[in-house]
Amino acid sequence: MSILVNKDTKVITQGITGATGLFHAKGCAEYGTQMVGGVTPGKGGTEIEGFPVYDTVEEAVKATGANASVIYVAPPFAADAIMEAVDAELDLVICITEGIPVLDMVKVQRYMEGKKTRLIGPNCPGVITPGECKIGIMPGYIHAPGKVGIVSRSGTLTYEAVHQLTTNGIGQSTAVGIGGDPVNGTNFIDVLKMFNEDPDTEAVIMIGEIGGTAEEEAAEWVKANMKKPVVGFIGGQTAPPGKRMGHAGAIISGGKGTAAEKIKTMESCGIKVAKSPAEMGQTLISVLEERGLLEICKTVK
Amino acid sequence: MNIHEYQGKEILRQYGVAVSYGKVAFTAEEAVEAAKTLNSKVYVVKAQIHAGGRGKAGGVKIAKSLDEVRTYANELLGKVLVTHQTGPEGKEVKRLLIEEGCDIKKEYYVGVVIDRKTGRVTLMASEEGGTEIEEVAEKTPEKIFKEVVDPAVGLQVFQARRLALNINIPKELVNKAVKFMMGLYQVFIDKDCSIAEINPLVVTGGGDVMALDAKLNFDSNALFRHKDVVALRDLDEEDPKEIQASKFDLNYVALDGNIGCMVNGAGLAMATMDIIKFHGGEPANFLDVGGGATAERVTEAFKLILSDKNVKGVFINIFGGIMKCDVIASGVVEAAKQVQLNIPLVVRLEGTNVDLGKKILKESGLNIVAAGSMADGADKIVSLVK
Repeated sequence: MSILVNKDTKVITQGITGATGLFHAKGCAEYGTQMVGGVTPGKGGTEIEGFPVYDTVEEAVKATGANASVIYVAPPFAADAIMEAVDAELDLVICITEGIPVLDMVKVQRYMEGKKTRLIGPNCPGVITPGECKIGIMPGYIHAPGKVGIVSRSGTLTYEAVHQLTTNGIGQSTAVGIGGDPVNGTNFIDVLKMFNEDPDTEAVIMIGEIGGTAEEEAAEWVKANMKKPVVGFIGGQTAPPGKRMGHAGAIISGGKGTAAEKIKTMESCGIKVAKSPAEMGQTLISVLEERGLLEICKTVK
Repeated sequence: MNIHEYQGKEILRQYGVAVSYGKVAFTAEEAVEAAKTLNSKVYVVKAQIHAGGRGKAGGVKIAKSLDEVRTYANELLGKVLVTHQTGPEGKEVKRLLIEEGCDIKKEYYVGVVIDRKTGRVTLMASEEGGTEIEEVAEKTPEKIFKEVVDPAVGLQVFQARRLALNINIPKELVNKAVKFMMGLYQVFIDKDCSIAEINPLVVTGGGDVMALDAKLNFDSNALFRHKDVVALRDLDEEDPKEIQASKFDLNYVALDGNIGCMVNGAGLAMATMDIIKFHGGEPANFLDVGGGATAERVTEAFKLILSDKNVKGVFINIFGGIMKCDVIASGVVEAAKQVQLNIPLVVRLEGTNVDLGKKILKESGLNIVAAGSMADGADKIVSLVK
């Protein structure tokens, strides 16, 4: 088991004829994901490197039976692409695009109310269930199937955590990048809920960063509801206030959203927080050991 | 992106939002000329820098004659203002706003922001104007009122009215306050602001409701559709290294330390700063070269780091996903050839094409210290710099 994606997930790529979209569509197909086609308005009816191309998401879904979509469409048109996928009633939409105007995402969020689709991202690396399905831009080979869930606002920092786990023999159930934007489709609590209910996830690493209060809210939720151990890390402990640190959402404003504040709340809610990013794996291992879960989580031979 | 107060007021005026009247001046002579055109016996000379807290730092002067306008203009132009938002190095004043004096009866606060929790545009207002809103939130949170806007219909008049009544705007001026807030909200939406803050909003003796100060920040992701806003950018207010970085699509933030960092991905870049500090060093910058960097961009990034005279060593930390390690390696080798590299360089490579990347570095003949992990790299660069 896993969350969000598995071997049965059928994926279309929106923006498949662009260099990035095509590159990653091929990469995900090579990993074993069912990449069943793509959408580029105006290029419907053609084929690119074996992927059938459609003009609209609706058409693509009808023809391929896809239940998920991944979006690489350029920022000015990405919000429209998300809404088109939501309109086509896909279960899951993953938006990789970085740089979407925040007010566009405010509209998207409103549009999605009452609809069945779950949006991951934007500005995220995607979602991977190792050995079954990779949707996004993460390097597949560092992952290994297993029982630890990962949820993160950062891409490369997720790879770092995964790498630390895999090299220590700990596989992953699913790794979810929720993205670095201030207004997005899925937050920490949404993903933690899914991991909590997933019988094959034994523990979770939650990777946050400065800006906003999503980590604090998630920590309170963990304290009240989570049956499984959660460890964490917060990036940006040395970030100056008022400066946007790469991610649109990574900014300390008005003294709020500091790493220190987040770490304090997380620890008071029972989440062990790694002091250094190099210790995310070891911190999890120490907690697994305490809980007697280490053996069952050692899935990498 | 930030703009100056006078530019913000100009935009507000276009939307029918009442603002105090004034003109910009770059010299003392222009300041006097500006003052002559104003319909007032009292003039306000305001330093224009991209930072709040100017009043407390001595950047706002009241002049009672044209001679005083000249004196204050001469005093302020070229002066370095240090406020709680500028950092200890302060900011040099190069522009002034000369305004009509204003008969203030009471000061309020009104701001428009995007609330991350609800994912909605939110108006905030308080009758505690003139002080930092964060301070009000801390001490008297019950004095801050909020209206959350449904993006499907936009801000409604009843919401603006409720806000005006909640902050005790005099009854007879509520309609003026409503007009003000509706206009401010429209500016926020039309121009893709990230913050539109009026502090203070004032009620005057003459019965006007107007903005005495205006702070507009814009969403950098949306600048592609606002050429008019981009034209207002003042490069004098930005760090030259950050301007250079933006030319090459690099995310760079200058810091005070002496260890330059080059990383891919914002999260890992922040974490790299953290781990340098954790190992007892001080990072000189945040730098995310991004996922799709070319060797040329990496070269520029490297040159940028070395252009900071405080940098005594460089730590390159790459976890290649889309970013291939061999591309990073080629860029570093190229840059090291172009600039005389005579400080320690520690490189940690992991991920896509890592072996090829390591080979390129090894065969370059450069004096590069290889690191096996992030912690190892941080440890090595910190001890090499000390």
